[in-house]
Amino acid sequence: MEGTDLWTLAVIVGLALVTVITRCFFFMSNQPWHLPHWAQRGLQYAPIAALAAVVAPEVVIAHGQLIGTWQDARIYAALTGAAYFFWRKGQGQAVLGTIVSGMAVYLPLHLGLGW
Amino acid sequence: MHQWSARARGWWQHPAFGRGVREMMSVSPGLAAWGLMTGVAMVKSGMSTIEAVAMSLLVFAGSSQLAAMPLIAAGAPVWVILTTSFCVNLRFVVFSAHMRPYLMHLPLRWRLFHGYLTVDLSYVLFTRHYPHPSSDGAERREQLAYLSGGSLLNWVSWQSASLLGIALANVIPTHWGLGFAGILALLGVGCSLASSPLRRVSAGVAGMAAVVAYALPLKLNIVVAIASAVALCLIIEETRPKTPAATP
Repeated sequence: MEGTDLWTLAVIVGLALVTVITRCFFFMSNQPWHLPHWAQRGLQYAPIAALAAVVAPEVVIAHGQLIGTWQDARIYAALTGAAYFFWRKGQGQAVLGTIVSGMAVYLPLHLGLGW
Repeated sequence: MHQWSARARGWWQHPAFGRGVREMMSVSPGLAAWGLMTGVAMVKSGMSTIEAVAMSLLVFAGSSQLAAMPLIAAGAPVWVILTTSFCVNLRFVVFSAHMRPYLMHLPLRWRLFHGYLTVDLSYVLFTRHYPHPSSDGAERREQLAYLSGGSLLNWVSWQSASLLGIALANVIPTHWGLGFAGILALLGVGCSLASSPLRRVSAGVAGMAAVVAYALPLKLNIVVAIASAVALCLIIEETRPKTPAATP
Protein backbone atom coordinates (compact mmCIF):
# COMPACT_ATOMS: atom_id res chain seq x y z
CA MET A 1 0.00 0.00 0.00
CA GLU A 2 2.89 2.39 -0.71
CA GLY A 3 2.45 5.54 -2.73
CA THR A 4 1.03 5.77 -6.19
CA ASP A 5 3.58 6.32 -8.91
CA LEU A 6 3.15 8.03 -12.23
CA TRP A 7 4.84 5.28 -14.21
CA THR A 8 2.22 2.77 -13.09
CA LEU A 9 -0.61 5.19 -13.84
CA ALA A 10 0.83 5.78 -17.32
CA VAL A 11 1.00 2.02 -17.90
CA ILE A 12 -2.64 1.75 -16.78
CA VAL A 13 -3.68 4.41 -19.31
CA GLY A 14 -1.74 2.48 -21.97
CA LEU A 15 -3.54 -0.72 -20.99
CA ALA A 16 -6.88 1.07 -21.27
CA LEU A 17 -5.95 2.13 -24.81
CA VAL A 18 -5.08 -1.49 -25.62
CA THR A 19 -8.56 -2.48 -24.38
CA VAL A 20 -10.21 0.06 -26.70
CA ILE A 21 -8.02 -0.81 -29.70
CA THR A 22 -8.51 -4.58 -29.43
CA ARG A 23 -12.25 -4.41 -28.73
CA CYS A 24 -12.86 -1.95 -31.60
CA PHE A 25 -10.14 -3.22 -33.94
CA PHE A 26 -12.23 -3.93 -37.03
CA PHE A 27 -14.76 -1.14 -36.70
CA MET A 28 -12.59 1.87 -35.93
CA SER A 29 -12.05 2.75 -39.57
CA ASN A 30 -14.83 4.17 -41.75
CA GLN A 31 -13.41 2.57 -44.89
CA PRO A 32 -15.85 0.20 -46.61
CA TRP A 33 -14.61 -3.29 -46.01
CA HIS A 34 -16.21 -6.70 -46.05
CA LEU A 35 -15.17 -9.90 -44.42
CA PRO A 36 -14.56 -12.68 -46.93
CA HIS A 37 -17.46 -15.12 -47.06
CA TRP A 38 -15.53 -18.00 -45.52
CA ALA A 39 -14.50 -15.82 -42.58
CA GLN A 40 -18.11 -14.77 -42.03
CA ARG A 41 -19.16 -18.41 -41.85
CA GLY A 42 -16.19 -19.26 -39.65
CA LEU A 43 -17.17 -16.61 -37.10
CA GLN A 44 -20.19 -18.60 -35.97
CA TYR A 45 -17.74 -21.09 -34.46
CA ALA A 46 -15.54 -18.45 -32.81
CA PRO A 47 -17.56 -17.56 -29.67
CA ILE A 48 -17.84 -21.11 -28.36
CA ALA A 49 -14.20 -21.77 -29.30
CA ALA A 50 -13.08 -18.69 -27.35
CA LEU A 51 -15.05 -19.76 -24.27
CA ALA A 52 -13.77 -23.35 -24.43
CA ALA A 53 -10.21 -22.06 -24.89
CA VAL A 54 -10.49 -19.88 -21.79
CA VAL A 55 -12.32 -22.46 -19.65
CA ALA A 56 -10.50 -25.73 -20.41
CA PRO A 57 -7.03 -24.72 -19.11
CA GLU A 58 -8.63 -23.20 -15.99
CA VAL A 59 -10.10 -26.61 -15.19
CA VAL A 60 -7.32 -29.07 -16.01
CA ILE A 61 -4.06 -27.10 -15.69
CA ALA A 62 -2.25 -26.37 -12.43
CA HIS A 63 1.16 -24.71 -12.13
CA GLY A 64 1.52 -24.61 -15.90
CA GLN A 65 1.01 -28.34 -16.38
CA LEU A 66 -1.83 -30.73 -17.10
CA ILE A 67 -2.93 -32.06 -13.72
CA GLY A 68 -1.95 -35.68 -13.02
CA THR A 69 -4.52 -36.33 -10.32
CA TRP A 70 -8.27 -36.85 -10.10
CA GLN A 71 -8.28 -35.10 -6.72
CA ASP A 72 -9.01 -31.68 -8.14
CA ALA A 73 -12.19 -29.86 -7.14
CA ARG A 74 -12.34 -27.97 -10.45
CA ILE A 75 -12.99 -31.12 -12.53
CA TYR A 76 -16.02 -32.18 -10.47
CA ALA A 77 -17.33 -28.62 -10.23
CA ALA A 78 -17.16 -28.14 -14.01
CA LEU A 79 -18.76 -31.55 -14.69
CA THR A 80 -21.53 -30.83 -12.18
CA GLY A 81 -22.15 -27.37 -13.64
CA ALA A 82 -22.33 -28.69 -17.21
CA ALA A 83 -24.52 -31.64 -16.14
CA TYR A 84 -26.92 -29.23 -14.43
CA PHE A 85 -27.10 -27.09 -17.55
CA PHE A 86 -27.94 -30.00 -19.86
CA TRP A 87 -30.32 -31.56 -17.32
CA ARG A 88 -32.28 -28.28 -17.36
CA LYS A 89 -31.88 -28.23 -21.16
CA GLY A 90 -30.65 -24.65 -20.86
CA GLN A 91 -34.08 -23.39 -19.81
CA GLY A 92 -34.77 -20.66 -17.27
CA GLN A 93 -31.85 -19.69 -15.10
CA ALA A 94 -29.69 -22.59 -16.30
CA VAL A 95 -26.48 -20.55 -16.40
CA LEU A 96 -27.06 -19.31 -12.87
CA GLY A 97 -27.68 -22.94 -11.86
CA THR A 98 -24.41 -23.93 -13.51
CA ILE A 99 -22.56 -21.40 -11.35
CA VAL A 100 -24.38 -22.29 -8.12
CA SER A 101 -24.24 -26.09 -8.50
CA GLY A 102 -20.61 -25.93 -9.62
CA MET A 103 -19.59 -23.81 -6.63
CA ALA A 104 -21.64 -26.07 -4.31
CA VAL A 105 -19.35 -28.91 -5.38
CA TYR A 106 -16.19 -26.83 -5.64
CA LEU A 107 -16.12 -25.12 -2.24
CA PRO A 108 -16.54 -28.24 -0.01
CA LEU A 109 -14.01 -30.24 -2.03
CA HIS A 110 -11.55 -27.35 -2.25
CA LEU A 111 -11.83 -25.96 1.28
CA GLY A 112 -12.87 -29.17 3.07
CA LEU A 113 -10.63 -31.76 1.42
CA GLY A 114 -7.98 -29.42 0.07
CA TRP A 115 -8.47 -30.67 -3.51
CA MET B 1 -26.36 17.17 -27.15
CA HIS B 2 -30.04 16.93 -27.92
CA GLN B 3 -29.49 14.09 -30.35
CA TRP B 4 -27.28 12.32 -27.82
CA SER B 5 -29.90 12.33 -25.09
CA ALA B 6 -32.64 11.30 -27.53
CA ARG B 7 -30.58 8.30 -28.56
CA ALA B 8 -29.82 7.36 -24.96
CA ARG B 9 -33.48 7.65 -23.99
CA GLY B 10 -34.41 5.37 -26.87
CA TRP B 11 -32.14 2.64 -25.54
CA TRP B 12 -33.42 2.75 -21.98
CA GLN B 13 -37.03 2.57 -23.02
CA HIS B 14 -36.79 -0.24 -25.54
CA PRO B 15 -38.05 -3.60 -24.19
CA ALA B 16 -34.91 -5.28 -25.58
CA PHE B 17 -32.84 -3.24 -23.09
CA GLY B 18 -34.56 -5.03 -20.20
CA ARG B 19 -34.10 -8.37 -21.95
CA GLY B 20 -30.38 -7.69 -22.27
CA VAL B 21 -30.21 -6.80 -18.58
CA ARG B 22 -32.14 -9.92 -17.53
CA GLU B 23 -30.07 -12.34 -19.59
CA MET B 24 -26.85 -10.85 -18.24
CA MET B 25 -28.34 -11.06 -14.73
CA SER B 26 -28.22 -14.87 -14.80
CA VAL B 27 -24.45 -14.87 -15.27
CA SER B 28 -23.70 -11.87 -13.05
CA PRO B 29 -23.01 -13.86 -9.82
CA GLY B 30 -20.15 -15.58 -11.61
CA LEU B 31 -18.96 -12.28 -13.03
CA ALA B 32 -19.15 -10.67 -9.63
CA ALA B 33 -17.10 -13.40 -7.96
CA TRP B 34 -14.52 -13.13 -10.71
CA GLY B 35 -14.43 -9.31 -10.47
CA LEU B 36 -14.11 -9.54 -6.69
CA MET B 37 -11.07 -11.79 -6.97
CA THR B 38 -9.52 -9.56 -9.66
CA GLY B 39 -9.87 -6.64 -7.27
CA VAL B 40 -8.25 -8.65 -4.48
CA ALA B 41 -5.45 -9.79 -6.79
CA MET B 42 -4.59 -6.22 -7.85
CA VAL B 43 -4.03 -5.11 -4.27
CA LYS B 44 -2.18 -8.34 -3.38
CA SER B 45 0.18 -7.75 -6.32
CA GLY B 46 1.36 -4.59 -4.54
CA MET B 47 -0.64 -1.87 -6.30
CA SER B 48 -1.81 1.12 -4.27
CA THR B 49 -5.55 1.64 -3.81
CA ILE B 50 -5.57 4.50 -6.32
CA GLU B 51 -3.69 2.42 -8.89
CA ALA B 52 -6.00 -0.55 -8.41
CA VAL B 53 -9.14 1.61 -8.70
CA ALA B 54 -7.76 3.34 -11.81
CA MET B 55 -6.90 -0.01 -13.37
CA SER B 56 -10.33 -1.45 -12.65
CA LEU B 57 -12.24 1.57 -13.97
CA LEU B 58 -10.06 2.27 -17.02
CA VAL B 59 -8.66 -1.04 -18.23
CA PHE B 60 -11.87 -3.02 -17.64
CA ALA B 61 -10.46 -6.33 -18.88
CA GLY B 62 -10.01 -9.06 -16.26
CA SER B 63 -7.62 -11.37 -18.05
CA SER B 64 -5.50 -8.50 -19.37
CA GLN B 65 -5.30 -7.02 -15.86
CA LEU B 66 -4.32 -10.36 -14.34
CA ALA B 67 -1.61 -10.77 -16.97
CA ALA B 68 -0.27 -7.23 -16.50
CA MET B 69 -0.14 -7.23 -12.67
CA PRO B 70 2.98 -9.37 -12.18
CA LEU B 71 4.73 -7.50 -15.00
CA ILE B 72 3.97 -4.11 -13.43
CA ALA B 73 5.11 -5.40 -10.05
CA ALA B 74 8.37 -6.61 -11.61
CA GLY B 75 8.92 -3.26 -13.37
CA ALA B 76 8.90 -4.84 -16.85
CA PRO B 77 9.39 -2.51 -19.87
CA VAL B 78 6.20 -0.75 -20.94
CA TRP B 79 6.19 -2.33 -24.41
CA VAL B 80 6.34 -5.82 -22.90
CA ILE B 81 3.35 -5.06 -20.67
CA LEU B 82 1.32 -3.55 -23.50
CA THR B 83 2.21 -6.33 -25.95
CA THR B 84 1.23 -8.95 -23.39
CA SER B 85 -2.08 -7.24 -22.81
CA PHE B 86 -2.67 -6.93 -26.57
CA CYS B 87 -2.08 -10.65 -27.08
CA VAL B 88 -4.28 -11.62 -24.14
CA ASN B 89 -6.96 -9.42 -25.72
CA LEU B 90 -6.57 -10.84 -29.24
CA ARG B 91 -9.85 -12.71 -28.94
CA PHE B 92 -11.56 -9.31 -28.83
CA VAL B 93 -10.05 -8.54 -32.25
CA VAL B 94 -11.89 -11.63 -33.55
CA PHE B 95 -15.08 -10.46 -31.83
CA SER B 96 -14.72 -6.97 -33.37
CA ALA B 97 -14.69 -8.46 -36.89
CA HIS B 98 -17.98 -10.15 -36.02
CA MET B 99 -19.48 -7.00 -34.46
CA ARG B 100 -18.54 -4.71 -37.33
CA PRO B 101 -21.71 -5.15 -39.45
CA TYR B 102 -23.86 -4.63 -36.34
CA LEU B 103 -22.22 -1.31 -35.44
CA MET B 104 -20.95 0.34 -38.62
CA HIS B 105 -24.08 2.47 -39.08
CA LEU B 106 -23.21 4.33 -35.86
CA PRO B 107 -20.90 7.35 -35.58
CA LEU B 108 -17.36 6.55 -34.46
CA ARG B 109 -17.79 7.66 -30.85
CA TRP B 110 -20.72 5.29 -30.35
CA ARG B 111 -18.84 2.45 -32.00
CA LEU B 112 -15.97 3.06 -29.58
CA PHE B 113 -18.41 3.22 -26.68
CA HIS B 114 -20.04 -0.10 -27.55
CA GLY B 115 -16.75 -1.72 -28.46
CA TYR B 116 -15.13 -0.72 -25.17
CA LEU B 117 -18.03 -2.19 -23.18
CA THR B 118 -18.32 -5.40 -25.21
CA VAL B 119 -16.58 -8.11 -23.20
CA ASP B 120 -16.70 -11.88 -23.68
CA LEU B 121 -20.14 -12.45 -22.21
CA SER B 122 -21.86 -9.42 -23.72
CA TYR B 123 -20.51 -10.42 -27.15
CA VAL B 124 -21.51 -14.06 -26.77
CA LEU B 125 -25.01 -13.34 -25.44
CA PHE B 126 -25.54 -10.68 -28.12
CA THR B 127 -24.52 -12.83 -31.10
CA ARG B 128 -26.49 -15.76 -29.66
CA HIS B 129 -29.60 -13.61 -29.51
CA TYR B 130 -29.03 -11.86 -32.85
CA PRO B 131 -27.17 -14.20 -35.21
CA HIS B 132 -27.57 -11.76 -38.12
CA PRO B 133 -26.98 -8.01 -38.38
CA SER B 134 -29.89 -5.99 -39.66
CA SER B 135 -30.30 -3.20 -42.19
CA ASP B 136 -33.69 -2.19 -40.82
CA GLY B 137 -33.83 0.83 -38.49
CA ALA B 138 -36.21 -0.63 -35.92
CA GLU B 139 -34.34 -3.92 -35.72
CA ARG B 140 -31.04 -2.11 -35.35
CA ARG B 141 -32.44 -0.10 -32.45
CA GLU B 142 -33.64 -3.31 -30.83
CA GLN B 143 -30.22 -4.95 -31.24
CA LEU B 144 -28.41 -1.95 -29.79
CA ALA B 145 -30.85 -1.74 -26.89
CA TYR B 146 -30.21 -5.41 -26.08
CA LEU B 147 -26.45 -4.95 -26.38
CA SER B 148 -26.53 -1.85 -24.16
CA GLY B 149 -28.60 -3.55 -21.47
CA GLY B 150 -26.25 -6.50 -21.25
CA SER B 151 -23.11 -4.38 -21.45
CA LEU B 152 -24.22 -1.90 -18.81
CA LEU B 153 -25.31 -4.56 -16.31
CA ASN B 154 -22.05 -6.37 -16.95
CA TRP B 155 -20.09 -3.16 -16.35
CA VAL B 156 -21.95 -2.37 -13.13
CA SER B 157 -21.63 -5.87 -11.65
CA TRP B 158 -17.99 -6.21 -12.66
CA GLN B 159 -16.93 -2.77 -11.40
CA SER B 160 -18.82 -2.90 -8.12
CA ALA B 161 -17.44 -6.37 -7.36
CA SER B 162 -13.93 -5.35 -8.37
CA LEU B 163 -14.03 -2.20 -6.21
CA LEU B 164 -15.39 -4.27 -3.32
CA GLY B 165 -12.49 -6.66 -3.82
CA ILE B 166 -10.03 -3.76 -3.65
CA ALA B 167 -11.63 -2.55 -0.43
CA LEU B 168 -11.74 -6.01 1.19
CA ALA B 169 -8.44 -7.29 -0.21
CA ASN B 170 -6.99 -8.00 3.19
CA VAL B 171 -10.08 -9.82 4.45
CA ILE B 172 -10.80 -12.20 1.55
CA PRO B 173 -8.27 -15.02 1.29
CA THR B 174 -7.40 -15.88 -2.31
CA HIS B 175 -7.10 -19.60 -1.48
CA TRP B 176 -10.88 -19.86 -1.24
CA GLY B 177 -10.85 -19.84 -5.02
CA LEU B 178 -14.04 -17.77 -5.39
CA GLY B 179 -12.81 -16.66 -8.81
CA PHE B 180 -13.70 -20.12 -10.11
CA ALA B 181 -17.32 -18.94 -10.22
CA GLY B 182 -16.30 -16.74 -13.16
CA ILE B 183 -15.05 -19.81 -15.03
CA LEU B 184 -18.34 -21.57 -14.28
CA ALA B 185 -20.23 -18.58 -15.72
CA LEU B 186 -18.20 -18.87 -18.94
CA LEU B 187 -18.82 -22.64 -18.92
CA GLY B 188 -22.58 -22.15 -18.60
CA VAL B 189 -22.70 -19.68 -21.47
CA GLY B 190 -20.48 -22.02 -23.50
CA CYS B 191 -22.99 -24.84 -22.93
CA SER B 192 -25.79 -22.60 -24.15
CA LEU B 193 -23.91 -22.07 -27.42
CA ALA B 194 -23.43 -25.80 -28.06
CA SER B 195 -26.51 -25.84 -30.29
CA SER B 196 -25.15 -27.64 -33.36
CA PRO B 197 -22.83 -30.63 -33.84
CA LEU B 198 -20.14 -28.48 -35.46
CA ARG B 199 -20.22 -26.00 -32.60
CA ARG B 200 -19.63 -28.87 -30.20
CA VAL B 201 -16.69 -29.92 -32.37
CA SER B 202 -15.43 -26.33 -32.19
CA ALA B 203 -15.64 -26.34 -28.38
CA GLY B 204 -13.88 -29.70 -28.09
CA VAL B 205 -11.08 -28.79 -30.47
CA ALA B 206 -10.54 -25.35 -28.94
CA GLY B 207 -10.54 -26.73 -25.40
CA MET B 208 -7.98 -29.39 -26.23
CA ALA B 209 -5.83 -27.06 -28.32
CA ALA B 210 -5.77 -24.46 -25.54
CA VAL B 211 -4.53 -27.10 -23.08
CA VAL B 212 -1.97 -28.60 -25.48
CA ALA B 213 -0.64 -25.16 -26.47
CA TYR B 214 -0.71 -23.85 -22.90
CA ALA B 215 3.06 -23.40 -22.77
CA LEU B 216 2.94 -20.64 -25.42
CA PRO B 217 3.78 -17.19 -24.04
CA LEU B 218 1.32 -14.27 -23.79
CA LYS B 219 -1.74 -16.55 -23.60
CA LEU B 220 -1.38 -17.13 -27.32
CA ASN B 221 -2.77 -20.62 -26.70
CA ILE B 222 -6.25 -19.05 -26.74
CA VAL B 223 -5.74 -17.53 -30.17
CA VAL B 224 -4.21 -20.76 -31.52
CA ALA B 225 -7.19 -22.66 -30.11
CA ILE B 226 -9.79 -20.36 -31.70
CA ALA B 227 -7.99 -20.42 -35.06
CA SER B 228 -7.62 -24.20 -35.17
CA ALA B 229 -11.21 -24.85 -34.07
CA VAL B 230 -12.67 -22.41 -36.62
CA ALA B 231 -10.42 -23.75 -39.40
CA LEU B 232 -11.34 -27.36 -38.68
CA CYS B 233 -15.07 -26.54 -38.60
CA LEU B 234 -14.81 -24.74 -41.95
CA ILE B 235 -13.00 -27.73 -43.46
CA ILE B 236 -15.66 -30.14 -42.15
CA GLU B 237 -18.38 -27.82 -43.48
CA GLU B 238 -16.77 -27.83 -46.93
CA THR B 239 -16.20 -31.55 -47.17
CA ARG B 240 -19.35 -33.07 -45.71
CA PRO B 241 -22.49 -33.45 -47.89
CA LYS B 242 -24.55 -30.29 -47.89
CA THR B 243 -27.74 -30.38 -45.87
CA PRO B 244 -30.47 -27.79 -46.35
CA ALA B 245 -29.69 -26.34 -42.91
CA ALA B 246 -26.02 -25.91 -43.75
CA THR B 247 -26.56 -23.83 -46.86
CA PRO B 248 -27.21 -20.21 -46.02
